[in-house]
Amino acid sequence: MVERDGLEHRCSLRATVGSNPTLSATPPQPTLGGVFLIIYLFIRQNMKLALAQINTKLGDVDANLEKHLNLIGDAVARGSDLILFPELSLTGYTLQDLTPSVSHHPTAKDRIFAPLLEASHDIDMVVGFVDEDTRHRFFISDAYLSQGKVLHIHHKVYLPTYGLFDEGRFFAWGDSIRAFDTRFGRVGMLICEDFWHISPPYLLWLDGADILLLTSASPGRGLKDDDRLESARWVEHTNRAYANLFTNFVAHSNRVGYEDGLNFWGGSTVYDPNGNLVAKGPYHEEALTFAELDLNQLHRTRARLPLLRDERTALVQRELGRILAQNDGAAHTGR
Amino acid sequence: MTKSNLHINTDLAIKILTGFIRSELNRVGFTRAIIGLSGGIDSALSLALTTEAIGKENVLAVRMPYKASSQDSLDHAQLCIDKFGVQSRTVPITEMADPLIALEPKMSKTRQGNIMARCRMIVLYDQSEAFGGLVIGTSNKTEILLGYSTLFGDSASALNPIGDLYKTQVRQLSRAMGVPTEIIDKAPSADLWSNQTDEDELGFSYAEVDKLFYLLIDHRYRVEELVDAGFEESFVRKVIKRVRQNQFKRMMPPIAKVSNRTIGYDFLYLRDWGT
Repeated sequence: MVERDGLEHRCSLRATVGSNPTLSATPPQPTLGGVFLIIYLFIRQNMKLALAQINTKLGDVDANLEKHLNLIGDAVARGSDLILFPELSLTGYTLQDLTPSVSHHPTAKDRIFAPLLEASHDIDMVVGFVDEDTRHRFFISDAYLSQGKVLHIHHKVYLPTYGLFDEGRFFAWGDSIRAFDTRFGRVGMLICEDFWHISPPYLLWLDGADILLLTSASPGRGLKDDDRLESARWVEHTNRAYANLFTNFVAHSNRVGYEDGLNFWGGSTVYDPNGNLVAKGPYHEEALTFAELDLNQLHRTRARLPLLRDERTALVQRELGRILAQNDGAAHTGR
Repeated sequence: MTKSNLHINTDLAIKILTGFIRSELNRVGFTRAIIGLSGGIDSALSLALTTEAIGKENVLAVRMPYKASSQDSLDHAQLCIDKFGVQSRTVPITEMADPLIALEPKMSKTRQGNIMARCRMIVLYDQSEAFGGLVIGTSNKTEILLGYSTLFGDSASALNPIGDLYKTQVRQLSRAMGVPTEIIDKAPSADLWSNQTDEDELGFSYAEVDKLFYLLIDHRYRVEELVDAGFEESFVRKVIKRVRQNQFKRMMPPIAKVSNRTIGYDFLYLRDWGT
């Protein structure tokens, strides 16, 4: 077996930058003291996002960590505020019986998370990993790290167990969907199948998330007479629709590479609240793709299109309550 | 109704399949590959993809004629070798196969054909060790589904880049990759005996069965829906039966489970484990 070192991967990565003519090339940098920095952070209206579209080594957390740290260094050097890694970026995707041997819990005492938390003083990050809770249940997870702290952990709530997928066999189902506050505003994280269902992004929207951070390890499928795979087309349509329907930023980081015969197609994207494409990574190649998010776009779009203001959540609750209470076999009363 | 549209984006196919070959070789420490070249379209396409993936200097094409093999097969294989500029060797199998075949004067053609296919497998895996390259598979999706191959013979390989492409798609991709037209246009044959053709033996054409497979396999049509779509019910049932009867060729031999943890059932790791 040949060990591929992280540096080699780092060198092979392609940097792409999304263009948005309305944005400045770099966010304003704080130059005053700590108090002013805090004020600045609360009012800042630009965010530079790095989408780390990586390949991973299956089950080799140390090798994947090294690649993360290299890319974090690159993203910091390019002035990024947040770096978004794909689903299970620290472990690889098709873990099967490797699952219990690659799990970690994100604390400063964990040897994998300690260097990531240290690095999070320079840049916020979302990393994908297997979380083992105190009852030894294993979750497909994303952690948001910032300023040396774990701001939020999301456990994947939808585990595809059909077709080529077998996640429900190896992992526990997450049980909550929560938005959380960051220095860029309130955000929400979802993992792959979570956003093939419409309810998790909808709940995050209602819970205050203006930026959806989506991660996946999406196996490519559906080769047709089209310039992209059917699975890529589907995800792009869906994510763009979320940006439109929620007047939100929607960022998606998808991995690349192969695991046995499975290919992962990359093509990471950022859509703005008008549903416009801000940045896009290449298909099937490692890349660090940068996107400038003009957070004022939320103001402009929602002034024009008050979908959030007009959303009738009480109506949804009433009707959902009625549908579930019917329990007549036609309604979904499930988990 | 879904039409059987087997047309693919060949640029995207080449990107995915060459990436697959590179990844699956390199991650286990190999840079080289070896392919048995029959003179037919499937091995020609595997050769084209592998050459594009890892470079002609890293590819060895092996021709393995039997005394009854047609001269066309040898010549067409040479066309590919010349076209793609790879290294090549010719290792005749007559002297390997004939002593075994001679043990039984009335041996069936099928048995003789299987012996030839397995002799070629032995040669390829021996050359694999000598050349330091992995054996690239040459079976397409149509023949894998139909079981139109010799178990542990032509179906044996380390990795298969074309096993999810129907024969119709193999033809399209071969054209896009510059496989010589003589090879694309001729009737497919295993060339195990003279005048053998796949379509005579199977009793239907690849074009016809590929359209059926596209709806049956890819789009999960039921029998009655396939009949509604215009296929003869007897043809549909014949093909489904053939797919079912050949499932064994698509699987590792089942292991009888007696322990608490058994390979194949609850000892589950990808081949790419740790890489």
